[in-house]
Amino acid sequence: MNGVLKGLLPFAVAIPLLWLAQFLTKDTPFLVILSLTVGVNITLAVSLNIVNGMTGQFSIGHAGFMAVGAYIAGVVSKMTSVYGISFLPEGVSDQVLYVVSLLAGASSAALFGFLVGLPSLRLKGDYLAIVTLGFGEIIRVFVQNTELFGKALGLSGVPQRTSLFSCFFVVVVVVVVARRIAASSHGRALLAIREDEVAAEAMGVNTTAYKVRAFVVASFFAGLAGGVFAHYQSIVAPSSFTYVKSMEIVVMVVAGGLGSTTGAIIAAVVLTLLPEALRSLFLNITGDGSIAQRVEQIRMPIYGLLLVIIMLVRPQGLFGTQEIWQVWPFRKRAKPASTTPGAP
Amino acid sequence: MSEFVQHIINGLASGTIYALVALGYTMVYGVLKLINFAHGDVMMVGVYVGYATSRQLERDTSQSFFGVTLIFLVAMMTCAALGFFIERFAYRPLREKPKLTALITAIGVSFFLSYSFQVETVVGGLTLLPGAAPKAFPEIIKPTEWLVIGDRDIVIWNWQVISIGIAAVLMTGLQYLVFKTRFGMAMRAVSFDHRTAGLMGIPVDKVISFTFMLGSALAAGAGILYAIKDTLVQPLMGVTLGLKAFVAAVIGGIGHVPGAVVGALALGLVEEFVVGYGSSTWRDAVAFGFLILVLLVRPEGIFGRMTAEKV
Repeated sequence: MNGVLKGLLPFAVAIPLLWLAQFLTKDTPFLVILSLTVGVNITLAVSLNIVNGMTGQFSIGHAGFMAVGAYIAGVVSKMTSVYGISFLPEGVSDQVLYVVSLLAGASSAALFGFLVGLPSLRLKGDYLAIVTLGFGEIIRVFVQNTELFGKALGLSGVPQRTSLFSCFFVVVVVVVVARRIAASSHGRALLAIREDEVAAEAMGVNTTAYKVRAFVVASFFAGLAGGVFAHYQSIVAPSSFTYVKSMEIVVMVVAGGLGSTTGAIIAAVVLTLLPEALRSLFLNITGDGSIAQRVEQIRMPIYGLLLVIIMLVRPQGLFGTQEIWQVWPFRKRAKPASTTPGAP
Repeated sequence: MSEFVQHIINGLASGTIYALVALGYTMVYGVLKLINFAHGDVMMVGVYVGYATSRQLERDTSQSFFGVTLIFLVAMMTCAALGFFIERFAYRPLREKPKLTALITAIGVSFFLSYSFQVETVVGGLTLLPGAAPKAFPEIIKPTEWLVIGDRDIVIWNWQVISIGIAAVLMTGLQYLVFKTRFGMAMRAVSFDHRTAGLMGIPVDKVISFTFMLGSALAAGAGILYAIKDTLVQPLMGVTLGLKAFVAAVIGGIGHVPGAVVGALALGLVEEFVVGYGSSTWRDAVAFGFLILVLLVRPEGIFGRMTAEKV
């Protein structure tokens, strides 16, 4: 009983706080949009961290799974929004349909994760990277050629149902799931695979099964993030899910520390807000839109350079495998990663 | 029937270009067991250097034999230098680190190159970086029909002949270098086991540097051939072409020189047939579909040999 209560604790704390936050930000739509972007990026980074960080596989096609989630959720939502659920009041019916469409999107993404993962996770690191990248591209080409998904123009008119609450509720879920995985025997197996695949196999860890499961969980949450994204953008276009988006998430995971959930969160927040802040800063100082626009352009080469420099200087990323409360200012001597304490 | 033959010719011509890029991947993988993600982007830089060089020359000069040779040489040498720097400063410090670090670095270098070329930078009237818009590659080899059979049933263009010719010469040269020279022997030794090779007195660093330079120079040559055919240069061309070439190298069995060529020709043909008999919008998905298929059926590639991992 105690364990169940402890497991529900994060939600018990988060739900009132999120309601409060939603209430407080009611009149600041810009802040809400910015937070939604942050929330989606956190979900993506934390879920990718399960594959790239904990399991040590290198997926660079996360945007592909996000695209699956966004398109499926968008299509389901668009189709059902015409009808609604008759016996429920309109507001409730909308929310139910929203949840259903999100779950549909996430489940299809998980299914794709399974389909891609099963054959390719038996391959070594570099091959997996290429296959995931290829998968992302195939999804994009497929969507661009399908009438149902609006071809190159994208899917428009998805009802705007994402609220600050629902977006960050997803964030809380993914963080809790990631932390619980890391603390479980499942997570130990993933870490073992990351540290030495051959040794893990010799110890009786079914490496393929664990890798595929990690992949499925990560794609599920990527799909969820995609659904949330679709329901606040209201337009889902193929250009949102390119190689660049995948790389953005990879940079967040690598910079935060491969295997550190809090690291991924912090990196996602900083890397989402920093370009935004720089852009408005330059816009305010010079009053010239062209410089602000260049910030957006320069962002990409800087991400590339950042990856190289992090690998050369601090290959384990900001926090390595540790969580923020294990790092210096909070505790004198950080414990080794293998004795990570239980979920928060 | 003639349509079929025409597709085969077109497929082989684009396949040879993939082959030249794929050779760079395969060589670097051979000596370093690293997939050089930045290879395609080095190629893109080569194409831009070729573009800039040809813009500097007079129109007549750039179309003369001397001009074309000069354009190729300048681009290939610049890329060789770039390859050297990338290896020296990004990959060498990580050689003894886990594989994943080198992979992430390679992705980072690739990302850096392809996106910094999209930032238009002009300093004192001199364009340093070109910007994202595609540019028309000058016609350094004027497209003419080399051979016409029947009532234009089958048309072979001169650039197809030239690229197949150049590719054949370069591949034969490479095969000679790897299997008949002292340096090639050193390369094969490093590929087999670089630590032991070092103990035997082989300058491992030099061999790896040179392999990178060679691969990058080949890529630059291939890139210009591709640009002549495609008539466009753009910063992201390296990513697409590079990935296709990588797919070709994997299909043939990565690390295997003739395998890369066979894989590239096969990929060129498959792509041409899908575009010819299917739809051209699917072109970019073909390579990856083919790759996933090959990895499912025969992950070591056509000519590759499955090796057990030793601990």
